Amino acid sequence: MDQAAFTLYVPGDSAACSVGADAVARQIAEMAQNRGIEVKLIRNGTRGMLWLEPLVEVQTKQGRVAYGPVTTDDIESLFDANFLHGKPHQLALGLTEDIPYFAQQQRLTFARCGITAPLCLDDYETHGGLVGLRKALAATPQQIVETVTQSGLRGRGGAGFPTGIKWKTALEQPAGQKYICANADEGDSGTFADRILMEGDPFCLLEGMVIAGRAVGASIGYIYIRSEYPDAVKTMRRAVSIWREAKLLGDNIDGSGQAFDIHVRMGAGAYICGEETSMLESLEGKRGQIKVKPPIPAIEGLFGQPTIINNVLSLASVPIILAKGADFYQDFGQGRSRGTQAFQLGGDIARGGLVETAFGITLRELVEDFGQGTRSGKAIRTVQAGGPLGAYVPVAGFDMEMDYEKMTEAGAMLGHGGLVVFSEGVNMAAQARFAMKFCEVESCGKCTPCRIGSVRGKETLDKIIAGENVEQNLELLDELCELLTKGSLCAMGGLTPMPVQSAIKHFPEDFGREAKG
Amino acid sequence: MLATRPEKQNRVRQICKEHNAKPSALIEILHQVQDETGFLPKDALVDIADALNISRADIYGVVTFYHDFRQAPLAGIDLKICRAEACQAVGSQNLAEHAKANNHPFTDAYCLGNCALGPAVMIDKKLYGRVDADRLDQLLKQKGE
Repeated sequence: MDQAAFTLYVPGDSAACSVGADAVARQIAEMAQNRGIEVKLIRNGTRGMLWLEPLVEVQTKQGRVAYGPVTTDDIESLFDANFLHGKPHQLALGLTEDIPYFAQQQRLTFARCGITAPLCLDDYETHGGLVGLRKALAATPQQIVETVTQSGLRGRGGAGFPTGIKWKTALEQPAGQKYICANADEGDSGTFADRILMEGDPFCLLEGMVIAGRAVGASIGYIYIRSEYPDAVKTMRRAVSIWREAKLLGDNIDGSGQAFDIHVRMGAGAYICGEETSMLESLEGKRGQIKVKPPIPAIEGLFGQPTIINNVLSLASVPIILAKGADFYQDFGQGRSRGTQAFQLGGDIARGGLVETAFGITLRELVEDFGQGTRSGKAIRTVQAGGPLGAYVPVAGFDMEMDYEKMTEAGAMLGHGGLVVFSEGVNMAAQARFAMKFCEVESCGKCTPCRIGSVRGKETLDKIIAGENVEQNLELLDELCELLTKGSLCAMGGLTPMPVQSAIKHFPEDFGREAKG
Repeated sequence: MLATRPEKQNRVRQICKEHNAKPSALIEILHQVQDETGFLPKDALVDIADALNISRADIYGVVTFYHDFRQAPLAGIDLKICRAEACQAVGSQNLAEHAKANNHPFTDAYCLGNCALGPAVMIDKKLYGRVDADRLDQLLKQKGE
């Protein structure tokens, strides 16, 4: 074997590490040392093909060759098979970029994720980083806002509000202390894209935030990360100090005279803090209770000052929009849903992971083509789309096109792009009850429909499940759901009926009604 | 471990000072105290209230609002089992029942963000995926040793 150093990639992403990537990395390093081979081991982010994790990649002249899922038991045989030269092995997957799951995606926001060393600034620049920021520093705030508006970017947290319009509102507020807040309180079950980005390409979020600061005249940013993501918190904190040292944060960013600094804050296990006004309260050190809007945060937000709150993925999409232009981004997607969406496949799915693709793909393509059906081998019964407040979609609805409007028309919602697959055997009445229980546990308690309605909903479902006056109770539940939808102050209570009512509508047999013909 | 009350008090004051005694940093401060002490003792909350010049009621309100904060030490290993939908779809209910049957205390988490590799658990802030009953026993045994 020749003596040139080999470059290897083993993800340091927490999902990859949850199935043994740390141990694999350690063992590769040890075995290389024992065999007298010099290797450069890079802990990259994940490529998003989570069912293949730990996915080990080897740099060859032809490109990066993948092996996975690798366990510590495979490492000796990988060395024996000469995997450092990209040679065949039973775990070999060929060139990573040619794996269909990866090759068929359109990676814009996640263009660097899994490719670069997450905290290497040179790597970041080599792969297109900072181009957007430098363009933004040379542009006027109005020009930046115009570009973002033209791109058609909408809030990736789920609400889908046009990002450019929000920024314009904050820009129009009189000069003074303004804030940019990145909402990284990714609490929806079935979603993990924010985490993957923060762990795999943290500078991208920082770049988006600095651009946002320049656009609206804000000088301070906060990243509010949920405490369930301790690795993302660590990575983002390190990323911030690297950027401060590199003068990409501070009083004079990149010599432009622009000032911006970022603080990383950790949540404390409250789902509701993903709601923007609740998040602001939490950032002020208070109970995460939601506030009545108006005033909207862009006018009166954190500490009473104009504040932009954007989802991690909205902010992380901004650098490429600035770098390549509004038209480039606009070209992806359909209707009023422009650009790409990071879909996340989870639950009982054979090939779970992250799929970034233009809006308009069908649910069937995502679940059956990318996801390859269930992990358990059983038939799919339903997919919950858009998180715990999203609808249960039956198999008959799988031709639904995935964009903001089409999903709403179909009685579902895009949310943060999470898709949770359930196989045959799931009891939909139990799932409906869980939706109410979740609302009970996580309600901030501010408004009555959510605080008390969730408890009553759970009790009513208990009666339905026990077979007590099923029809009357279903009617009562329906009325309660209407009240929650119309009377709640925020999406927590307002959308809890969505999983409940969609379950009753599509799976009546689970609620003691006759199955749909 | 800090033994005496004045020592503990000094430490809490120091933590508050590191955050410039800003009331907006309350959650950060509570996290730090809990990380060091294992929970949030009543005395510490009094000390924080003094240092930040806010009422004890305000602090109590915050401590009881957030699921992370606890006012008593954990009974055993810091084990969280994800009970949200994606893990439900791959058997987290069975895992939780197994933990209960074997007297492993745990807290419910509503999504650990490992939805493609469930059932997920977190032990001492480290995430684990594809955890069945056997793997959970093994992980807890390693922790206990």
